Amino acid sequence: MPEAAPVIDVRDLVKSFGGKTVINNLSLQIMPGEIYGFLGPNGSGKTTFIRMLCGLLRPDSGSGVCLGFDILKQAEKIKPLVGYMAQRFSLYEDLSVRENLNFMARVYRLRNVRSQVAEIIERMGMDRFADQLAGTLSGGWKQRLALTACLLHRPRLLLLDEPTAGVDPKARHDFWDDIYDLAGQGVTSLISTHYMEEAERCHRLAYLAYGNLLVAGTAGEVIASSGLKTWSVSGDNVHMLTPQLKLLAGVEQVVPFGNTLHVSGHDPELLAASLRPLMNGKYLWQQIDANLEEVFISLMQQREAQ
Amino acid sequence: MFAADFFSFKRFNAIVGKEFVQMRRDRVTLAMMIGIPILQMIIFGFAINSNPKHLPTVILAADHGVFSRTIIAAMQNSEYFQVVKTVAGEEEADRLIENGEVQFVLDIPQQFSRRLVRGEKPALLLTADATDPAATSNALAAFRLIAGQALARDLAGPLRYLRRQGAPLEVILHRRFNPEAITQYNIVPGLMGVVLTMTLVIITALAITRERERGTMENLLSTPVKPMEVMIGKIIPYIVVGYVQMGVILLAGRFLFGVPLIGSLSLLLAASLLFIAANLGVGLTFSTLARNQLQAVQMAFFFFLPSILLSGFMFPFRGMPAWAQRVGEILPLTHYLRIVRGILLKGNSFEQILPHLWPIMAFLVVALTIGLKRYRGTLD
Repeated sequence: MPEAAPVIDVRDLVKSFGGKTVINNLSLQIMPGEIYGFLGPNGSGKTTFIRMLCGLLRPDSGSGVCLGFDILKQAEKIKPLVGYMAQRFSLYEDLSVRENLNFMARVYRLRNVRSQVAEIIERMGMDRFADQLAGTLSGGWKQRLALTACLLHRPRLLLLDEPTAGVDPKARHDFWDDIYDLAGQGVTSLISTHYMEEAERCHRLAYLAYGNLLVAGTAGEVIASSGLKTWSVSGDNVHMLTPQLKLLAGVEQVVPFGNTLHVSGHDPELLAASLRPLMNGKYLWQQIDANLEEVFISLMQQREAQ
Repeated sequence: MFAADFFSFKRFNAIVGKEFVQMRRDRVTLAMMIGIPILQMIIFGFAINSNPKHLPTVILAADHGVFSRTIIAAMQNSEYFQVVKTVAGEEEADRLIENGEVQFVLDIPQQFSRRLVRGEKPALLLTADATDPAATSNALAAFRLIAGQALARDLAGPLRYLRRQGAPLEVILHRRFNPEAITQYNIVPGLMGVVLTMTLVIITALAITRERERGTMENLLSTPVKPMEVMIGKIIPYIVVGYVQMGVILLAGRFLFGVPLIGSLSLLLAASLLFIAANLGVGLTFSTLARNQLQAVQMAFFFFLPSILLSGFMFPFRGMPAWAQRVGEILPLTHYLRIVRGILLKGNSFEQILPHLWPIMAFLVVALTIGLKRYRGTLD
């Protein structure tokens, strides 16, 4: 099956700026039709990696294939097949929605620019704003316009750099509906995000910290491979327990979730032994699966401890 | 309490301190703040001279008598004139003044010395290229005196009688190309070059910087657009702007100031294309060098200042010292001024403006090469 070839296949990519390594020997494969989540703290190299894929930055070393083309030598062949959405709104604020889309359509040398633009404006529900200046749109609609602009030329790969940052839940919901639709049509997406519930919606995800790929896989695989055990404790004034819990042997992190605390550690016996004296009926204790956020915080802690 | 909160020195100091920190971070702006006054001091202090001397003069001599030699020597001694050549034919003299190679032609008629001795009061004709009245007026005024006094020493002994009959010769001054010495004839065509330089360099200097500053460059670079397409695509609309500006000045010059158009309009329009392109090339190069729009404007100003002062627009080109003239020769405006004035006031042909076209061309090639080299196809 020709579909089996990965859309993105990079090996040992390295990129540094002024002596500071931003991407350190990164290898990654993404399969066609996949929605791939890219997570990691700010400055972890997510944006740099995405920019290298679409030819905005040149890697210092390593090799990579994107849509069958060499990312080092054939950036010009990759560009027409990729839709890139930058972190910052990067269309023209002093052009109207329609003018921006017309411009992008012509840059990609589409045929029947007028009708294609009219069609996508309608499909993306932007009719109301078609003749409004892009700069006057709200954050959510700007994001939608940016997404529309990178879908115009029917790319096979979407590179979306924090597309939902600062966007309200309804707009984010619509955005994810579109991404799922596109995945159904075989479009691959690489999406960087800081939102855990978005990470869980991805088919697979990778966690990047300071240029290193710490873990990759499905959400379930990532959690399972972490070996993190978590107890949930709830009750009145449960947060009063936090300072005490943090001092216990085997407790690696204590994270509040409303009226609940999640207490996690890698050693289940030690953790259970440490917590037992506190299970005195005053609070409700339950053993639960660790969630992605706990896994990522734990990964960061391990990384920093090294 | 109210008074204390009306103006807080703590808050005021916070603002002042922040401004200084930001000022220090923007190295280019800081350099410009120091560089521009220095540039102005050098230009105004050393380069500008509104009483130009050593103006190139050609002698059209049909008489080589002693009195001719005396007058030529006196002209040289006055320092206003510098005799660069002696020619025999009128065409040759005409060509030199039309091409702007010399400022003056001194026409010494046949048998000048003999007729002088006979007391016939022969006429000396000094023709000036008066396109720029400021460049020639002092020299012209001085010439009458020079010619009159020069012969005083020669007219001694038996020739003393010639001195008693008033001036022994007649001096005719001919201001060619601008006989009434109307300053506007010189300024208005020059203004065309100045306006084109000012607006086009600044506008295009902002063009790419703006895309970078607003973040739209990132989007543009991720598309299949090529650097050449961006550069030329950004230049073309401003060429149209340049022609509109030219049209306005030409019409105003004609109908408000009565500036003549002796040469070919189409030649002027064609030559202007090169000049406009050269300015846009400079603007685009600044655009690729500047990191923000403020820096781009400052760079444009740094280019504009010598252009306006050293090109011969504001002050006579020949009044400047050699080093300043050499700097001026690099600037496209210097050559464009000669082209515009040549076509409008002297009716210069294509062959006559050619020597001023290629320096602009060379400038354009260098500017565009730097611009294209500096234009980064990536965000690195």
